[in-house]
Amino acid sequence: MCGIVGLFLKDKALEPELGGLLTDMLVTMSDRGPDSAGIAVYRGADDGKVKITLQSSNPEQDFENLEADLNTEVVRIDSHAIVSCPADHADTILEQLSAMPHLRVMSTGDAIEIYKEVGLPKSVAERFNIHQLQGSHGIGHTRMATESAVTTLGAHPFSTGPDQCLVHNGSLSNHNSLRRRLARQGVNVITQNDTEVAAAYLTWKMQNGCDLGEALEAGISDLDGFYTFVVGTRNGFGVLRDPIACKPAVLAETEQYVAFGSEYRALVNLPGIEQANVWEPEPATVYFWEH
Amino acid sequence: METYDLTAMELRAVNAALQAKGGGEGGEGGGGSNQTCEVINPRGSHAIAVGLNAPIEVTVEGSTGYYCAGMNQQATINVTGSAGPGVAENMMSGKVVINGDASQYAGATAHGGLLVIKGNASSRCGISMKGVDIVVHGNIGHMSAFMAQSGNLVVLGDAGDALGDSLYEAHIFVRGEVKSLGADCIQKEMRSEHIEKLAHLLKQAEADADPKDFRRYGSARQLYNFDIDNAGDY
Repeated sequence: MCGIVGLFLKDKALEPELGGLLTDMLVTMSDRGPDSAGIAVYRGADDGKVKITLQSSNPEQDFENLEADLNTEVVRIDSHAIVSCPADHADTILEQLSAMPHLRVMSTGDAIEIYKEVGLPKSVAERFNIHQLQGSHGIGHTRMATESAVTTLGAHPFSTGPDQCLVHNGSLSNHNSLRRRLARQGVNVITQNDTEVAAAYLTWKMQNGCDLGEALEAGISDLDGFYTFVVGTRNGFGVLRDPIACKPAVLAETEQYVAFGSEYRALVNLPGIEQANVWEPEPATVYFWEH
Repeated sequence: METYDLTAMELRAVNAALQAKGGGEGGEGGGGSNQTCEVINPRGSHAIAVGLNAPIEVTVEGSTGYYCAGMNQQATINVTGSAGPGVAENMMSGKVVINGDASQYAGATAHGGLLVIKGNASSRCGISMKGVDIVVHGNIGHMSAFMAQSGNLVVLGDAGDALGDSLYEAHIFVRGEVKSLGADCIQKEMRSEHIEKLAHLLKQAEADADPKDFRRYGSARQLYNFDIDNAGDY
């Protein structure tokens, strides 16, 4: 069991509230996943800068001189740091970071920032001040681990491509064979986690010409197991459930937003939820919204 | 009418109060029968109004989470919004009405009573039902009435894939399209006793539909006994 929440804002007036709304939704899903929690927030897509989210198990020491070492802006938040640089400088920074194996790159992209740690969702959200984050869309996950260890890197969301992220409720049964298949294609999956394989699979599909909708469609036949996925891209938000669809999912849409919750109770504090169109997404059906 | 506010009271206290209704001084199921109460601010909470066993009437104002009205006996429970997974699971008697939609496995394993869903029901509606009557005004999802043993499942809309897979003796009536039938589920003749039964169920469920527009499905009874010709398949 895990919990998923997601919020894709259509109304820019709600953007200052994104972090607060998502935090409330995430904490409501604590009893579906008390092991670890994570959140991906999309903001500042058009400021011309690339952001790299880093994580360290020894942040005091590892982040102390990072700004000087990389010669670019670094904002430290607990065990994470957001490195910002001009888009044309990103490859150089990533190359420098590859020589610092103690730092883990959680995400890169124009808009995405990922915060995830082991612990109760409430404490994870407080550590990273999630409620203060503004943004255009965001996805959160509360984890009850089944397929791999309870570690920071095993927490969701997983990001395997620029501005892409995936969260998952369920378990995949063919992730080992798919991991080997992806390895033969040169796709590197870091953890033993099944969800990361799914994320890497979608990234690989998109690198080979699929849009997100097509990649998700292909996943219906290539991914075996139970899943409710919620995915984020630079300007998009998607949902897919496996054909058996035993992992719960509720979608709500108003003129202001599209919201996802593993359960309806995650959505009850959203503005205008009483008037929202609320429904359960169909099995093996791709839902996708874009700005 | 008594009102229980789930933002002010713990769920256990609300359920304990509801379960105490109709019993007590009047003896088992006696006393304050026909009492009516309402539960407000359910906010998708789990297990609201479970384990009731008296002819009381409970209205839940809003939408519920998992297992609302589970194990119900005698009580009439009305949910004004939608219900989460497992509504009226293992109901024994009484009546549960969902005015919105119901999530997966509505009425699972229920032995008796009437479950009415005025919107759509999701997958596995009536899975392993053992005598309950379920009337869905909208559509139902895939694998509904899987291994259903007895009772009636009535669907005014469409049914999803694998309807009635591995069915025993439950009766299924569908007015709309059936996407596919499950193993050992076949269409059967609508005889006068079925029309009569269906008309009664539709009336009880306040469903405005002509019983003659429905098709009946039941078990082909080919899975009841082991077929020796299949021995080599194992």
